[in-house]
Amino acid sequence: MKVEQISIFIENKSGRLAEVTRVLGEAGVNIRALSLADTSDFGILRLIVDKTDTAKDVLKSKGFTVNKTEVVAVEVPDRPLGLNSILQVLDEARINVEYMYAFVERCGENAVIIFRFDDTEGAIRVLTEKGVKVLVGERVYCM
Amino acid sequence: MIWNDEFETLPREAMESLQFKRLRQTLERVNATVPFYREHFRRAGVTPDQLKSLDDLRRFPFTLKQDMRDNYPYGLFAVPLEQIVRIHASSGTTGKPTVVGYTRRDIDTWSELMARSFVAAGAHMGDVIHNAYGYGLFTGGLGAHYGAERLGASVIPMSGGNTKKQIMIMQDFGSTVLTCTPSYSLFLAESVAEMGLDIREFKLRIGIFGAEPWSEKMRDEIEAKLNLKAIDIYGLSEILGPGVAIECHEAQRGLHIWEDHFLPEIINPETGEVLPDGEKGELVITTITKEGIPLIRYRTRDITRLIAEPCICGRTHKRIERLSGRSDDMLIIRGVNVFPSQIESILINIEGVEPHYQLIVDREENLDSLEVQVEVNERTFSDEIKVLQELSNRIRKEIKDLLGVTCKVRLVEPKTIARSEGKAKRVIDNRPQL
Repeated sequence: MKVEQISIFIENKSGRLAEVTRVLGEAGVNIRALSLADTSDFGILRLIVDKTDTAKDVLKSKGFTVNKTEVVAVEVPDRPLGLNSILQVLDEARINVEYMYAFVERCGENAVIIFRFDDTEGAIRVLTEKGVKVLVGERVYCM
Repeated sequence: MIWNDEFETLPREAMESLQFKRLRQTLERVNATVPFYREHFRRAGVTPDQLKSLDDLRRFPFTLKQDMRDNYPYGLFAVPLEQIVRIHASSGTTGKPTVVGYTRRDIDTWSELMARSFVAAGAHMGDVIHNAYGYGLFTGGLGAHYGAERLGASVIPMSGGNTKKQIMIMQDFGSTVLTCTPSYSLFLAESVAEMGLDIREFKLRIGIFGAEPWSEKMRDEIEAKLNLKAIDIYGLSEILGPGVAIECHEAQRGLHIWEDHFLPEIINPETGEVLPDGEKGELVITTITKEGIPLIRYRTRDITRLIAEPCICGRTHKRIERLSGRSDDMLIIRGVNVFPSQIESILINIEGVEPHYQLIVDREENLDSLEVQVEVNERTFSDEIKVLQELSNRIRKEIKDLLGVTCKVRLVEPKTIARSEGKAKRVIDNRPQL
């Protein structure tokens, strides 16, 4: 029920983001979802791609610092209070969202949001119990 | 005005015979009372009676800062502790400071030389000396304080920091002489402007600035912004603290080194060979009157040259040119001595941090700034920003706690810090050249 995400350390200087996407593109890796968190000095680029291990290897070979983390992809009803209903469930279970970002594509009537929780297993259990649709990795990589 | 006419204008010949007599006595005393020197001389194959002229000094071995550390804390003291009336220390690279002790007569000499220095700078009895050098283990505060009292001026023992209060007191008490680091003087000037005060309504006449290198350009700026005459003073805790050498206000060119107490030499820092007057090299000082810790051929690591030409002020003491750098990799950042190796050992002790780092030193709004660049690797990297920010906060805090220097930590991508075949280039100093 978990999705593999890679994160890349990027200094705030021109051309670094383009370099990441070029390296991935040339290795035939397709980006499914992304988020860029930035500070004044550096950024962290988080990606869901179709070939996680290939992406990690080619980026490392180009000297980037890359980490693999597990995140959770959740189907969120695409209507007012859709996201809120899920966050409410998590809040009641005292699970903290470290960060979240939206998927680039929709899944039927629903939007897909990627979450990083402080308690990944707990979050999956609570969400499933409440009938929230959590997507498996294989499904996400080829959306 | 000259404080001590007899000694400050001593003819060259008389000076040299006085120096020879004092040097010979010092060599004999350290040989008799400091086991380190006895062994040091024995290994170099020299004895004090081989000193037949001042020139023979070059046959004696150098004393290094490391020798002081190896003999921490009291190993180089030439008198029993009962005769030491004050202890000072400078920061050390290994966490252990360099300890120096002064006898009652040393304090008396120091006060005398600081009084001389104040007068050379143009100060006199009746001046209100605002002393913003730090008081404590650092020699600046107390050194200037005793000299000001010896002079008979009114001294305000401000110490550093608390800028707004400094300015209020400077204005209300009518301070006429300011003593602090050159960078702090500019900070004071800017704060005066920010507070909406007019510096021309202050009574400041002279500023005596030291403890860090500064440029002619910075002098112009200080003189304009603080509306005073800015004088350069030199000292180092191992030798005396402030008052080893000072510019005279008449020439403001080169710092008279008090040669009746200190013998200066300039050496080639690579070979140790003594260079003739006028050539640039590392300043080496031998103390010839100190009782607590006499030092023989102490390598200061400061780069300068000796000016032997007579000065318009009438003093016969040679001058050292404004310092132009260091022969080791020590950085002086806002008056604090920092060795790159100190930062390296802090980084190495932080789990997961790469030993590759670089220090960028710059001057922003007249204050030195230090940026420490550290490479991020897979062990330190996280997909969460807060984890990386905690890492850089921790590095910044440890550097602040251990070295007393505030820095900015910048995390950089791996392999971005240039590797080098030989000695890594750890420091990029972008401060204006002196």
